[in-house]
Amino acid sequence: MAIEVRIPTILRNYTDGAKSVEGSGDTLADLIADLDSRHGGLQERLVDDSGLRRFVNVYLNDEDVRFLGGLDAPVKDGDTVTVLPAVAGGKL
Amino acid sequence: MRYDSLLDSLGRTPLVGLPRLSPGPATRLWAKLEDRNPTGSVKDRAAFFMVSQAEKDGLLKPGATLLEPTSGNTGISLAMVAKLRGYRLICVMPENTSAERKQLLEMYGASIIYSPAAGGSNEAVRVAKQLAAENPDWAMLYQYGNEANSQAHYETTGPELATDLPSITHFVAGLGTSGTLMGTGRYLREHVPGVQIVAAEPRYGELVYGLRNMDEGFVPELYDESVLTSRFSVSSGDALRRTRELLDLEGLFAGISSGAALHAALALAEKAAAAGQRADVAVMIADGGWRYLSTGAYSGTLEEAEARLEGQLWA
Repeated sequence: MAIEVRIPTILRNYTDGAKSVEGSGDTLADLIADLDSRHGGLQERLVDDSGLRRFVNVYLNDEDVRFLGGLDAPVKDGDTVTVLPAVAGGKL
Repeated sequence: MRYDSLLDSLGRTPLVGLPRLSPGPATRLWAKLEDRNPTGSVKDRAAFFMVSQAEKDGLLKPGATLLEPTSGNTGISLAMVAKLRGYRLICVMPENTSAERKQLLEMYGASIIYSPAAGGSNEAVRVAKQLAAENPDWAMLYQYGNEANSQAHYETTGPELATDLPSITHFVAGLGTSGTLMGTGRYLREHVPGVQIVAAEPRYGELVYGLRNMDEGFVPELYDESVLTSRFSVSSGDALRRTRELLDLEGLFAGISSGAALHAALALAEKAAAAGQRADVAVMIADGGWRYLSTGAYSGTLEEAEARLEGQLWA
């Protein structure tokens, strides 16, 4: 078992076109660092000095990680992490 | 109930229990029926407040032209208010919104300028901002950044919920401009200790996210993360399934974003039930299902409906 990470279209040049990749770690920060070791450059696109980049949304089992501790959010085998760009949605 | 005019009947919508969807007698779900507003959606509240505030601020002269980026409901609400108050309305909307919305807008006398489907509402916002810059005499109320949008909910939706459901533990609504969540959320937090304010965000197919650069995303100016306690991303499939459950189990014919809100609400209610905690979860029913019939969301199997919804903005 590992953690499945779903990658948005715009970032698939870092994953050889793969829609999802697997990784491991105890926190989201660990997981992203683990992914970056195989998909170099991904970390820099997701994270800056202040944490997750402003227009990057990351969901842990469909819940926004910003409400689960951000980069410190605990993750475990079997979790699904989804990365999406922030877009305008909802009932407009 | 009797009112002097249609606009006077705004708000004070029913809050109805969902006994068959609720996990148990101590963990209850409640639906706030916003389709009972004058044009059939929650957006009537924001439209009325934004126009009234702009009038107070002296921004709207008689016959003024309003411009707004909208995928439909806000446009329809604004079109109704504009018609009654004597303004012209131009809506900028993505070309992949439903046929019902376009026809209704045209009936109310609004003009429509289309923005490309790829990029969704982001693109409509971009086009509208450009048009506003080119036409300084047009008034863009701009629902994403207009404080009167959230103020509408601070002054009406929040107090209505606190009055009808003093024991409220969770408020769940779809996340779009964030006006509903910000205004209602702030009011409830001030009046109900420990209340949770939960956003349900639609997760679309890849067409909508497109090849958007991660550095050029969009967060509404009204959005303030500190008002929320959690935020869920809900897939089209889950939203559709819950929308149908609302009809099957409770008889409620709601729009698809209401299914998304219900999906998040059920997760919270079940979590509370499992922990043996009492819960009264209020779910926003932003509109009825009528405006989505042409999307195919209500015919055939769930899988067929989900496939038809790919690439469409359902909320």
